[in-house]
Amino acid sequence: MSHALGRPHLVIPGFRLSLGLTTGTLAVLVLLPLAAMIAIGLANGVPAFVAALADRRVMAAFRVTIGAALVAAVVSAAFGLLLAWVLTRYRFPGRRIIDAAVDLPFALPTAVAGIALTALYAPNGWVGGLLAPFGIKVAFTPLGIVVALVFVGLPFVVRAVQPVLEDLPAHEEEAAHLLGATPAQTFRRVILPAMAPALVTGFTMAFARGLGEYGSVIFIAGNKPMLSEIVPLLIVIQLDQYNYTGAAAIGTLMLLASFVLLLAINRLQAWAGGR
Amino acid sequence: MSSVALRTDGSLARPILIALAMLVAGVVLGLPLAIVLVEAFARGPGTYLAALVDPDTIDAIALTLIVALCSVSVTTVFGIAAAWCIARFTFRGRSLLLTLIDLPFSVSPVIAGLVQVLLFGRRGWLGPFLAAHDVRIVFALPGIVLATVFVTLPFVARELMPLMQEQGAEEEEAALSLGASGWQTFRRVTLPNIRFALLTGVLLANARAMGEFGAVSVVSGHIRGATNTMPLQVEILFNDYQIEAAFAVASVLALLALVTLGLKLALERRQSVLLTTKGSAP
Amino acid sequence: MPPTTRLTRRAALALPAAAALVRPAAARTRGELMNVSYDPTRELYRRINPAFSETYARAADADIAVRMSHGGSGAQARSVIDGLDADVVTLALAHDIDAIAAAGRIAPNWQSRLPDNASPYTSTIVFLVRTGNPKKIENWDDLTRADVQVITPNPKTSGGARWNFLAAYAWALDTAMGNEVRAKAFMQRLFHNVPVLDTGARGATLTFTRRGLGDVLLAWENEAFLALKEEGAGAFQIVVPPVSILAEPPVAVVDQVVDRRGTRKAAQAYLEFLYSPEGQEICARNYYRPRMKTVADKFQDLFPKLKLFNIDERFGGWARAHATFFADGAIFDQVYQPGG
Repeated sequence: MSHALGRPHLVIPGFRLSLGLTTGTLAVLVLLPLAAMIAIGLANGVPAFVAALADRRVMAAFRVTIGAALVAAVVSAAFGLLLAWVLTRYRFPGRRIIDAAVDLPFALPTAVAGIALTALYAPNGWVGGLLAPFGIKVAFTPLGIVVALVFVGLPFVVRAVQPVLEDLPAHEEEAAHLLGATPAQTFRRVILPAMAPALVTGFTMAFARGLGEYGSVIFIAGNKPMLSEIVPLLIVIQLDQYNYTGAAAIGTLMLLASFVLLLAINRLQAWAGGR
Repeated sequence: MSSVALRTDGSLARPILIALAMLVAGVVLGLPLAIVLVEAFARGPGTYLAALVDPDTIDAIALTLIVALCSVSVTTVFGIAAAWCIARFTFRGRSLLLTLIDLPFSVSPVIAGLVQVLLFGRRGWLGPFLAAHDVRIVFALPGIVLATVFVTLPFVARELMPLMQEQGAEEEEAALSLGASGWQTFRRVTLPNIRFALLTGVLLANARAMGEFGAVSVVSGHIRGATNTMPLQVEILFNDYQIEAAFAVASVLALLALVTLGLKLALERRQSVLLTTKGSAP
Repeated sequence: MPPTTRLTRRAALALPAAAALVRPAAARTRGELMNVSYDPTRELYRRINPAFSETYARAADADIAVRMSHGGSGAQARSVIDGLDADVVTLALAHDIDAIAAAGRIAPNWQSRLPDNASPYTSTIVFLVRTGNPKKIENWDDLTRADVQVITPNPKTSGGARWNFLAAYAWALDTAMGNEVRAKAFMQRLFHNVPVLDTGARGATLTFTRRGLGDVLLAWENEAFLALKEEGAGAFQIVVPPVSILAEPPVAVVDQVVDRRGTRKAAQAYLEFLYSPEGQEICARNYYRPRMKTVADKFQDLFPKLKLFNIDERFGGWARAHATFFADGAIFDQVYQPGG
């Protein structure tokens, strides 16, 4: 990064200043702290690092977290696609309100979402009470984690897909229709391919966010080791047991996962942009 | 509108899809908001107000405002600088820089708190140095701000980068060729062009800063009346058998979220008006 | 105090602090103590603190305000180790204060500096059940029945949960005539019945009372009493098992902090106040068993008599108990993992 070569086009000034400010801030506030975490995670050598992660409970937490984030991202993708479609294609009363409400999870503190969802989905809550007679338990089970992560992930999908749907030229759909395609065929052959990159981007962002989510999940998850304990909570537990290396090791693996997902998203966006 | 073809055709699809979308929005987004407000006012407005003027809650509100002010300032300056160098220049390492700017988005907030402890805690990398100079970072305001900055860092940059890329540099180049200085160009040309997007970014960063829980929870120390932000106060009240008070503070945060959404909507509308009028100008 | 003055005061304190990255603690008035405590003592210290301030104002002619921080006992100890500037710690078990001592913040002999193992009040572990005790839970072996769900917090993070675990284990060991394999199997069956593991005692209480999960909550006696009071006595009742553990939540002055801040005298007075007749009476009123004979006699109807065993005699003290039961890979991990 430090040897980034400036090739500013024309006369626009401020390259050094803005780049310096950006990289400087990132280095001090983000990269240095993360480097400290990685160094501490690896302080006892790679075998100890691997051993800290190979622990059954840690592995289970990763399984739970990745599984729940994945399921939640799929649900978010489906719900998000539906919302984006309806919001761009139809005009109906309340459309504006729903459109604005999609951003609610961005603005609502995760802890507030956590206690609200727990109150809703607990066996004696509004929704939990409806599901209880069918033997469906949401709060304090892995399903609760999925519910929280769908809330958190939904806007990522809607906001990724919406602009693409808006830009999708109507004449392509109309042409398909005129050529005798059913609406389902039009959707599958014309619309879905056009917005696939955006949908996958939204899905990946929801997934990445779901992996790290903490505030909304810990209230609703039940936090049962091996069953509904998420990785970020395990980091906190390790810390509270004075196990700094363990906490840092788990944090490092999560960081790696985030980084890989981010690279994937950037690739996806480049691919989508290049189409 | 492209909806014409489908509207006339999918006579059944339309109402079904709209109903489904309303159901999804209602259950996923509407209910959580509704229950916060219902629970907050469950025992009447008197209890609600009493909960909000509790001294510890007032201190939590004040601390939250201070933390948001400090961290959003950093985020804003960073966002403008990052958008400037990403949108106006091509250089080696640009895509890596883009990824790094986004990194805090996908890193768990818990990690944002953890790294502060590992770095500035008494047994952290800088711990002995800080102790020797009697500087407190974790379990005090600076640590809370640092953790919040970590989490909110990309917010403004993310709003500005695509817009500035789309707008291109022509107007700035024109101003510069007419003899304006760099700062003048930025203030008179760039800033007016991006002002609504900038405000949107600030708004979202502010919402996140006020609402951050995981990162702050790790570095706060939970000292009542001193290092509890509003989200932490919600948790504390919840655990103190003061459910109504917890939901009262939560409802303030929820109302704040609604205001944020309203303002964001208004700003985005003005930004798009700005773009259209600019675009249609010869 | 009107809210605005507090607001401006806080802003005035905090803004320069943020700017210069200096410690906000420096702006604290000298008359302030910080007590870092565990979860269930919230209500106790809400009563103790003003009473102490009043007494101290009369005796030492100084205004002392006490700030509180509450959380899981282990988490709180970790914060103090990492630099949270507590003048005094009042935690759930000696092991957590030992950990702070091991980090050099408290003198190693802390437990002998105050009477009664530095525990001014005691408690024990009891069962909280739903009214009428529909599952007929009377003793520890009822907790392993297939139709019973047990709520307890996570022994890895909660001090109360460790007392729970040890109380159950000691009973199992006695019943099995000292056969450790059978005692472990008992604990495994017990934890098989645990649907949720909250991180702290208070979280577990709320899961049981508000969320309606489980048939029995293993809780501190004081926490169970408080739940009755807060949630209305109609919904729950306390079942006292014939045998349980004598829980001694210890207190200590954090030497490194009080010496630097010059608050030793007030901090010491604060802890001694807990042992005073007035302090003891407040403890009793908040359902902690008082040490002082006269106060204990006065409240004898409140606290049922049961056979209490003590951790030092039974498990050789907290350091050994921790290593045997709660360290990574120790007995808790062994009995919990296969159960899933």
